[in-house]
Amino acid sequence: MATLNVLVLVCLSYVALLFIVAFMADRAAKQGRARWLRSPVIYTLSLSIYCTAWTFYGAVGFAARSGLEFVTIYLGPSLVMIGWWWTLRKMVRVGRSQRITSIADLISSRFGKSNSLAVFVTVIAVIVLAPYIALQLQSVTLSFDTVASPDFIATKDASGQQATALWVAAGLAVFTILFGTRNVDANERHHGVVMAIAIEAVVKLIALLAVGVFVVWGLSGGVGATLDRIDASPIATWEVPGSRWVGLTLLSAAAFICLPRMFQVMVVESEHEDHLRMASWAFPAYLMAMSLFVVPIAVVGLDMLPADANPDLFVLTLPLMEGREGLAILSFLGGFSSATSMVIVAAIALSTMVSNHIVMPIWLRSTGGSAIISGDVRSVAMLARRLAIAVILFLGYLYLRLSGGGSALAAIGLISFVGAAQFLPALMGGLFWRGATRSGAMAGLGLGFVVWLYCLFLPSFGPSGILPQTVFENGLFGMSWLRPYALFGTEGMDPVMHAVLWSILLNAGSFILVSILSLPQPIERLQGAQFVNVFDHSSTPGGWSGGLAQSEDLMIMAQRIMGARDAQTLFAEEAQRQGLGGYLPEPSPDFLNRLERELSGSIGAAAAHAMISQIVGGATVSVQDLMAVADETAQIMEYSSRLEAKTDEQARTARQLREANEKLTQISVQKDAFLSQISHELRTPMTSIRSFSEILRDTDSLSGEERNKYASIIQEEATRLTRLLDDLLDLSVLENSQVVLNQQSGTLFDLLERAIAAADVTGKLRIHRKPEREKVMLNTDLDRLTQVFINLISNAGKYCESDTPELRIKAETRDGDLVVDFIDNGEGIPRNHQAVIFEKFARVGETKAGGAGLGLAICREVMGRLGGSISYVPGQAGAAFRVRVPMEAGQHVQAAQ
Amino acid sequence: MSKKVIVIEDERNIIEAISFILSRDGWDVVTHSNGHDAIDAVRLRKPDIVILDVMLPGKSGFDILQEIRGDGELGQIPVLMLTARGQEKDREMAQRAGASAYMTKPFSNAEVLDAVRHLATV
Repeated sequence: MATLNVLVLVCLSYVALLFIVAFMADRAAKQGRARWLRSPVIYTLSLSIYCTAWTFYGAVGFAARSGLEFVTIYLGPSLVMIGWWWTLRKMVRVGRSQRITSIADLISSRFGKSNSLAVFVTVIAVIVLAPYIALQLQSVTLSFDTVASPDFIATKDASGQQATALWVAAGLAVFTILFGTRNVDANERHHGVVMAIAIEAVVKLIALLAVGVFVVWGLSGGVGATLDRIDASPIATWEVPGSRWVGLTLLSAAAFICLPRMFQVMVVESEHEDHLRMASWAFPAYLMAMSLFVVPIAVVGLDMLPADANPDLFVLTLPLMEGREGLAILSFLGGFSSATSMVIVAAIALSTMVSNHIVMPIWLRSTGGSAIISGDVRSVAMLARRLAIAVILFLGYLYLRLSGGGSALAAIGLISFVGAAQFLPALMGGLFWRGATRSGAMAGLGLGFVVWLYCLFLPSFGPSGILPQTVFENGLFGMSWLRPYALFGTEGMDPVMHAVLWSILLNAGSFILVSILSLPQPIERLQGAQFVNVFDHSSTPGGWSGGLAQSEDLMIMAQRIMGARDAQTLFAEEAQRQGLGGYLPEPSPDFLNRLERELSGSIGAAAAHAMISQIVGGATVSVQDLMAVADETAQIMEYSSRLEAKTDEQARTARQLREANEKLTQISVQKDAFLSQISHELRTPMTSIRSFSEILRDTDSLSGEERNKYASIIQEEATRLTRLLDDLLDLSVLENSQVVLNQQSGTLFDLLERAIAAADVTGKLRIHRKPEREKVMLNTDLDRLTQVFINLISNAGKYCESDTPELRIKAETRDGDLVVDFIDNGEGIPRNHQAVIFEKFARVGETKAGGAGLGLAICREVMGRLGGSISYVPGQAGAAFRVRVPMEAGQHVQAAQ
Repeated sequence: MSKKVIVIEDERNIIEAISFILSRDGWDVVTHSNGHDAIDAVRLRKPDIVILDVMLPGKSGFDILQEIRGDGELGQIPVLMLTARGQEKDREMAQRAGASAYMTKPFSNAEVLDAVRHLATV
């Protein structure tokens, strides 16, 4: 018999061998010369981590206990690979294009990159896998004890087993940490690990086949004899219920897709999705080979070994019974391989999830993100993964301890299968149904997980383990429809099938229902479209198989962005550098990087990356890419809107300047015109004065009458000059706001009396008034108002061309104002002059009445000062002016005079 | 036979002053006081010299001057322009319109007399 020391030595040597293989594979991959590492054969072999110690040891036990039922565990994955490989292809495509690192990442990405969902999936996965890890520990422990014990029939010495199990767990933890966390980048593939797994896949297949050959030809005496034995054994007669057949097949199919470690090798470690093509037939073939001798071994074991021998260990105990120590050790190594490969990949997958979705977010939040710049992230992630591996293995050990470790391997494995299957609705819904939402995924996962916990996981610790016995009999809180093995009164079902039925039913049901009822967020819609339509979006990922066709597309795009000449120069240069004729280079990574740099100068880094990705394939445009593009666009828009605002401002300033300039020009023109007018008005009387004064001086022969007449002319013109100057000064004062109003009280009647007298129109003009209407008391600058009245009355006197000139003065109060109309019976003011009569120097008609044309301008200024107005009223009998004076200070005098 | 001068001017007192001065010097003085029919008055009276105010009611002195210069029969009549605005551009405009002489108000009687005498000899 082999001693424990020998076994440990064998194990260590084997592990060392695996290390060397992994190391060399990693180095070869780094140097890029190991194409065979990326072959579909390796991919197919790596998929064999589906076959764990459960398959190696447990299948025989399963067959020995339940007959052909064990086949379902091989059937499910085979059906998936053969009939459903396009689903896997879609998953691989999505995983690659979205740079997915785990199943938690996939689900959370699909449902709007929700981290809470990722955490949820991670926690579920860790709990779900604890029994599975425990299974591996149990099998390795059992195999150790069996091979090393003097009495090769496995005993059930629990305490000794537990000590071994702890050692095994610790050893596996160290092994996994050393193996799986050498580099931290989850995106980077673990070439070494995959290679080691492939070796282990071969070892376990050879070991099992060797034992099988030995059993059939060495023990049983050939194929015919073995078939006879099988016919004779009870296994052949065990009927498997149809529902359990279908159920277990579907369950193993679902687990094959949903188990985190399967996802790891199938999607994350995938080199090329075309590898699935070979795997779709080669992997079922591998499974078939693995299952080939299960029944013979089980039958022969049942025949030849004592009745209390553990059927899970027939693979070991049959060679040992015959003293074939070498074969036993090979078989032991096969089982060891199965267990270690599963533990390594599962622990890597889980620790990646734990570190990416739980530890890192918490740590980054607590450090405020400042660590991103430094190298701390790497070491923290590494530490997190290592601790996670240790914790995961410890949980497995804990489960083993708590559940007692006595169960059949297959029973333990099925618990994990059902748990992992809970991911199926969210996963498949996410890949094929755009309407699936985050809330739906949460609800489905949550409900399914709870049902699994309650109906399968907790009961697996045995009656009165965690759930008290009363719960099994009477249901939770005494509610009989909540019994763990008979939910809603479904009694008499197989516990596993019962759990599958209810957990998947409730999971899928609530997933669909909540998805329909809830609205997806924008990012969920985007991701949903990306996932469901992944084949529309991307061309073949990975290889640059598009070659020159892609280069042409790149060229077209680059020309649009950089301009035709620059783009052609760049491409031609690159083509020459690659040693190619023509102007199109291969789209090598170097060139793509260079092109991206060039383009990002024009359109921003994110947009450049997105555009190149779009053309070259590999990655579809991710949401981050789109967001970054949107950010850049927003910045550009902001910039251009600032420019626009500036331009507007400048245009506004220019317009203001132009307006100011026009105003100045206009004022200047007005000033010139005004000066010209003033000059004219002053020079005209001066001319007469000068001329006649020279005549008076120079002409001696003037008669007294002439002398008198000429002197009068001089006097008259001098008066005219004075009046003109007075008016000008008056107007200037009025226009320059220097007027001090002299508020006084008086009646309109008195004012008009005074004005008529001053206008000096007696005999020239008949004036009609209604004195009773003029008994209005006014409180205003009476002198100024009188001046306005004088101007209007004297204008009527000067300009009314009627033969019997008349002026009617009408007063009335209207809207709180005093309104006084002055209407003569002349011809009125021609329509085309009405607009300008209040302007300075505006005169109507040809008659020279001695005015300079300032009277009405002064009236307008005065009325403005008094808060009233003066206007021309067209359409009256003659010229009609209306003066409006505010009445605020005025009042009607009842008893005037 | 004494030479004839027509004074086209709207200021009553200025007409009287110029008439007095030129009459005493032996000129036959006729007057007209608006712009509208000034050209008709010139055609009718056939003066030897025209004295023309710039700012006339109805039509500006410059327009009337152009009409005179455009008339085949009257085209060569010497015209003395009078203006009260006294700006340089008025002088330029008068020259361009074809004025024979130009004078700014107020003027001395001797100036007017000299100018008219001078124009008569050209």
